[in-house]
Amino acid sequence: MGLQAYLILAATVFCIGLFGVVTRRNTIGILLGIELMLNAVNINLVAFSHFSGTATGMIFTLFTICITVSEAAIGLALVILLFRVRRTVMADHLDLLKG
Amino acid sequence: MISDPGGLALVSLLLPAASFLILAIVAPLRRSGRPAAYGSILFAAGALAAAIASWRSHAGESASRLAWDWLPSGGVSIATVGVLADADSTLMLILVTLVAFLVQLYSLEYLHDEPPAALGRYYTYHSLFAFSMMGLVLAPNLLQLFICWELVGLCSYLLIGFWYQKPEAARAAVKAFWTTKAGDVGLLIGIVLLWRVTGTFDLIELRRLVTDGTVPVMGLSLISFCIYLGAVGKSAQFPLHTWLPDAMEGPTPVSALIHAATMVTAGVYLLHRTVFLFPPDVLMVVAWIGAFTALLAAVLACVQDDIKRVLAYSTVSQLGYMMAAIGAGFSAAGFFHLLTHGLFKALLFLGAGAVIHAVHSNDLPNMGGLAKRMPQTAIVFIVGTLSLAGIPLFGGFLSKEEILGATLAGHQTGPFILLIVVAFLTAFYMFRVVFLAFYAGPPAGGPSHHQPHDPPAVMMLPLWILAVLSLGVGVYSTLAGHFLTFGAEEGEHAPAWLTPSAVGVAIAGIALAWLVYQRRSIDAGKLAAAFGPIRYAALHKFWIDDIYERVLAFALLGFSRTIGWLDRYLVDGVLNVVSSWTVSSGAMLRMVQTGRAQDYVFGVAVGLLILILWMRWALA
Repeated sequence: MGLQAYLILAATVFCIGLFGVVTRRNTIGILLGIELMLNAVNINLVAFSHFSGTATGMIFTLFTICITVSEAAIGLALVILLFRVRRTVMADHLDLLKG
Repeated sequence: MISDPGGLALVSLLLPAASFLILAIVAPLRRSGRPAAYGSILFAAGALAAAIASWRSHAGESASRLAWDWLPSGGVSIATVGVLADADSTLMLILVTLVAFLVQLYSLEYLHDEPPAALGRYYTYHSLFAFSMMGLVLAPNLLQLFICWELVGLCSYLLIGFWYQKPEAARAAVKAFWTTKAGDVGLLIGIVLLWRVTGTFDLIELRRLVTDGTVPVMGLSLISFCIYLGAVGKSAQFPLHTWLPDAMEGPTPVSALIHAATMVTAGVYLLHRTVFLFPPDVLMVVAWIGAFTALLAAVLACVQDDIKRVLAYSTVSQLGYMMAAIGAGFSAAGFFHLLTHGLFKALLFLGAGAVIHAVHSNDLPNMGGLAKRMPQTAIVFIVGTLSLAGIPLFGGFLSKEEILGATLAGHQTGPFILLIVVAFLTAFYMFRVVFLAFYAGPPAGGPSHHQPHDPPAVMMLPLWILAVLSLGVGVYSTLAGHFLTFGAEEGEHAPAWLTPSAVGVAIAGIALAWLVYQRRSIDAGKLAAAFGPIRYAALHKFWIDDIYERVLAFALLGFSRTIGWLDRYLVDGVLNVVSSWTVSSGAMLRMVQTGRAQDYVFGVAVGLLILILWMRWALA
């Protein structure tokens, strides 16, 4: 399998993630979508690293995973706080900035 | 010391200006009342002395001119300001300063009940008026004359409306201002048109151009008519005469100064100064309108019960006389009558003021039998009345003869006949006032608790001075057959029957008034009934005021309604459409701001996609 197959996979996963972010009503679902998008980027980085023969992409992926974990921790903490205040985690109820 | 006429005239002009500036700027002095009045009177006396000195130092036909460039533009100045002291202007200057001084003196007692601040305001206006009127008289060019012309109009407005708490006074002030302004527009147009034709405002220069034939006088019909329009407004000629009787709402001394002796005669003076510009056809109009105004006002004066209104209509009538003389081509005769009229009409008004002061009423039926109670006032008033009636040995005799002779010599037979009728009516209505106010029995309302008496010396002195001057001018001019330079030239043209007939109609008028109002052998009611329709029309002022009111109200209201409609629906409509578009497009745009994060993310994604596509195909 060539590089192209990996890129198509990554793009597909990214689009699924974006679709999830835009359409899910549940905030936790949105967070999951963000994880998918980040992992699609990781697939790209690893694939480029493998086919170019350098380790830079691998190393960068390790950074991304770390950041993703912190992001998930903070995101979930936000969701819990949000639930305490608003008694809901549905994204379409959170429209205080409506014009 | 200054000794040339121009310099003295300038001193005379600047004294009231200084008085006005001091009173206008130093507010505590103005509000103090009597000190302000003393200052103003002192300056007026100085102006009178300088004016007399200027006239005495003036010799023959020469003109002393002091002028400074004004409005410099592109190296040349359009106009000058300064003084032009010649035979006519210095004589007029004496009349103005004399009457102004006497009236200011008289007002001191007449207005002694006014609060100090109002008295100070009164004298401030008086100083401004004296300055403006003298600036008008001495103006070396038409532009300065016009500016001063407007200033005296302003002073007239301020002084008519002196008791502005009275609605009639405020209304009369506005009416006077607007009516004269209607004529002033014509004057301004005339001056500007004249400047386009000749390139100068200067009176001496204009006279030179016209006498040289550089500017043919025949081409000046429209221009001279425009200038005449200004005089029609200011000198209360038909059809703009309606403001003058209403102007009697002002204090009586003001009426004496502004609305009898000086300001209203400014129109006559203007025509006298510019008469060389007038072609015969325009002069014909001037003569006819003058004579018609004289007759109309004389008829109106016969039915008035308010003593001041009788005098006001008589002023309009006499102004018509002067205009008729100018129209007949003898402007010097008109100017001579202006001077004598200024003396005896100021006297009559101040005398009427003394009567009003004593009786506390303007109405003739409330007076009667005053000759016993106010002997001095009665004597001076009768001197003024005889002067106005044109009886020999009194002030108005020769000047009236001159005017009648001038209309005959100018072949204006129509105006001449009108003026003879007016001479009869003048004698009649003035002696009606004399008999009703001073001789007929006291008013029917029983003996009043208030006893009328002669006013104090401060008021009597101006009356006596004016009476002596009227009498002096009259005696001298009657015996000598001329006065200064007046009367020598026109007198030769008059036929021999003129003087006896003019005096005859005046005596007939006096006799009729005596029969009706003193002996009562002719019933006043029957006399009135004989002239039923005319009397009815005269009581309604020939409906001229009503016509103005209707026409102006109709035209103005129609115009205002149209403009109002345009404003409400056209101008406001455009603004309303623009604003409602803004509001509705804003309302639509705010739907974009949903407040939900997902929508924004979607927007960012779509935007990114478009950007990528655009970069891929458009920029590649």
